[in-house]
Parts: sequence; C-alpha cells; structure tokens
Amino acid sequence: MNFEFPALPYAYNALEPHIDATTMEIHHTKHHKAYYDKFVAAVQGTELESKRLEEIFAAISKAPAAVRNNGGGLYNHSLFWQILSPNGGGAPTGKVAAAINEKWGSFEEFKTKFNDAAANRFGSGWAWLSVGADKKLCVCSSPNQDNPLMDVHDCPGTPIMGLDVWEHAYYLKYQNRRPEYISAFWNLVNWEKVNEFYEKALR
Amino acid sequence: MSFTKRHSGSFVTAITKKGNRMKSKLMKSLPVLLLLAFTVAGYGQQSVTTAKWTGATQWTAASADLLFPALPYSNNALDPAIDPLTVEIHYDRHHRAYYNNFIKAISGTDMAKEPIESLFARISELPVSIRNNGGGFYNHVLYWENMKPGGGGEPSGKLADAIVEQFGSYKAFTEQFNDAAKTRFGSGWAWLAADPKTHQLFIASTANQDNPLMNTEQKNGVPLLALDVWEHAYYLKYQNKRVDYITAFWSVVNWDEVSRRYEAFLGKN
Repeated sequence: MNFEFPALPYAYNALEPHIDATTMEIHHTKHHKAYYDKFVAAVQGTELESKRLEEIFAAISKAPAAVRNNGGGLYNHSLFWQILSPNGGGAPTGKVAAAINEKWGSFEEFKTKFNDAAANRFGSGWAWLSVGADKKLCVCSSPNQDNPLMDVHDCPGTPIMGLDVWEHAYYLKYQNRRPEYISAFWNLVNWEKVNEFYEKALR
Repeated sequence: MSFTKRHSGSFVTAITKKGNRMKSKLMKSLPVLLLLAFTVAGYGQQSVTTAKWTGATQWTAASADLLFPALPYSNNALDPAIDPLTVEIHYDRHHRAYYNNFIKAISGTDMAKEPIESLFARISELPVSIRNNGGGFYNHVLYWENMKPGGGGEPSGKLADAIVEQFGSYKAFTEQFNDAAKTRFGSGWAWLAADPKTHQLFIASTANQDNPLMNTEQKNGVPLLALDVWEHAYYLKYQNKRVDYITAFWSVVNWDEVSRRYEAFLGKN
C-alpha cells in the first residue's frame, strides 16, 4: 500500500497564535490519524489498495462511504498542513499570483470570494482554491471530507489550497467565531507551496 | 421552559446569567426567577406578551410569533456531562443565531404566518436559510428540553413499553441510538422519533440541522428525543471523543419530557 500518514512539517505550536498548539496536536494525532487508520482498514484487501488517492477519488461515487469519508479526510488534511507555515501569510507569489489577479482582478477580491466560501459552508466542510480542467482557478467549498478531485463534486478540479472549516479545526480557540479563524488563516498561508501545487496542476 | 418575546429575550437571558452567578440560591427559587423575568419583561415595551412554554403545542403558532425560549436550567446544571461554557456558548451563540436568522429569513414572507412544522413538511421547496436556521432553532429547543440536571435512568410508562416493543429492550434501543449518533459523519443529529402512520418508534440520524419532520428525509416522524452531534455540542470538553459525550448524554436525559412528547404524539395520531 502506498498511503502514508505524514508527519507535521512544523511543531504543534508553530502556528500560534493563529492556530493553537492543542488544536494542532489533536487535529493531527487524533482526527487526521483516525482518517488514515480507517481509510487503510477500508481499502485493505480490496482492489483500491493499489491505487492512488487521486484515482480513487475520480470514481468515489462508486466506492463505499468509508472510503470517501476517510480517504477525503486523509488527503485533505495532508494538503492542509503543507499549505500552512509559521512563515506564511502576505500576498501570493509566482505564477499563482498572476493567475489570481487574472481571475479575480485583485488578491483582495479573491480573498473575499474564498472567505465567503469558507464562512457559508453550513456544517462541516472545506473551502478550496483549485485548478479546473480548463486550467483556470476556481473557489468553492465542499461538505464533510469531500474535495474537488471527487467525481461527486460540483466544481471539479485539482485543489491547490484548502481550508478546513470543521468545528474541530478552530473550536477550542474560536468557538462559534468561524470568521475570526478564517481571518487568522491568511497569516499562515504558505504561498510558495500553493504556487508549487499550482504549477504542478498546470502540467 | 419559559417563552419570551424575542426583543425581551436578551433581558431574560441577563437575568438567567445573573442567576448563574448566584448559582444554587437562585436556582432553588427558579420559579420565582422566571416569574420575575415575565414581570419585568412586560414593562416598558409595547404589546409584549409572555407565554409559558407548553411544549409541542407552542409550535402550532405562526412562525413569526415563535419566541426564543430561556434555557430551562442554569449553564452549569448539566455538569459534568456537559460543561457550563459549552452550554453557554451553545445556547447563547449558536442557538440564538439560528433563531435570529430564522426570524429574519421568514419576516415579510408568507412563511411568517405558517407554523414551523408545516414549513418543515415542505422544506425542499423553501430557501436553504429556512432549512438550516429553522432546523437549528427547532432542534435545539427539543435538545435543551430533553435534558435536565439529575436526569438519566430509564423511561417509564407507555414510552418504556413502546421502546421494548420496538427494539426488544431498553439496552438494545440505546445501542441503536448510540450507533446513529456515532456514525453520523460531519455535523448532525441523532433522533428517536415516532411514525404517525404506523405509530412505531424509529431511530434516525440527520445531517446538519435537518430533522425527521423535513420532507427531505427518507423517513418522516415526530421527534421524541434529540441528540446534537455537531462538534460544537461537545468539543470544548470531549474534543475528538464523541463517543464519551454520547455516553454522558444518557445521564442527563429528561425522560419525563420525552414521555410527554410521546403521549402528545399518541393523543394526536
């Protein structure tokens, strides 16, 4: 099997004060780990076990709910940790910066769109910046652990940035104040990484 | 549970909060406190009506006349099953926001004149804000009411008989209910409900703020027992351990209220 539970690329307290150390530790060692364990248990001994996550997602509508929920949870969190950084924030750089300006006119306008997607996702879910089949950028949100790679998604594409808006991602520090968590997120975005994912998605 | 006109809601809550600070003394005189709330809320405002919460019958009112009810106990009353801070934020922020957003969403529309349960029965054709906020408002009222300090134990009377008849035993019922609560992925609710057609009890879980009265559900019924499994219901105390929260819930279930709902269901169906 080629699935891995990734180590966090920084310390649990590295994203303070925007995301607190306890939240990071529980999020990574409990939530993310549980998705990984349950996903492995769900695909073990099936034909899915030799496939890549992206391939599995492309036909997720035919897979059991345990594969969709836990596979999504595994993939989404792995991406999420990578696009955060203690040295993040600021404005985007590289090709993705130009693409954002081309699509939305300005970084601020893009942020507004992304914030809306994150704030208006009712219940548990994710907000996404993704690259569609037309190679254009797209902002959307998905419920629960779904993502734009899944064939059930209404804006299909390759995610290059994701924001977890499950309450477990922010409740210990922000409680019902999801918008404050979303604002704080922008101080952590690892734009180098997002740009790297963008260039990879274009290929 | 007292029911207070919405523009006086904050005032009643203020009194309730003051009550929390004074804790046990005032809690012992809760009826007096509520009477005080009614009385004071009636002053200085035009056409303020206060109504005593009478359970499900209240829901027959036009949606626009629905009131945001006071919490029927203090924030710390469910401790240690549910901690005071969780109750406070859950009731005063989450629940109140659903109520306010629901009233805003129906105001000035034909929906304002319709009872909330009849909106649920045709929810698929209504705006999503009605579904989410109407559900959020309604579900939480049931949730707060079907818990109480010193609750728990087992049901009695007709409800107990119906549970045994449907599930085989009380234990088997709790196991099925726990499964529904545990396996609801993401945000949602677990329910014990009664089917008006067959009179049978059934267990369900719903996503987000949906409930068994909504025509978007495969099986419809009258909710008898509600358990909120959104992370906001338990995360401050239990974090990822939803199962521990579900276990603790049984120690605060208000079976008298669940029985009252069941009897009301039998009376009408």
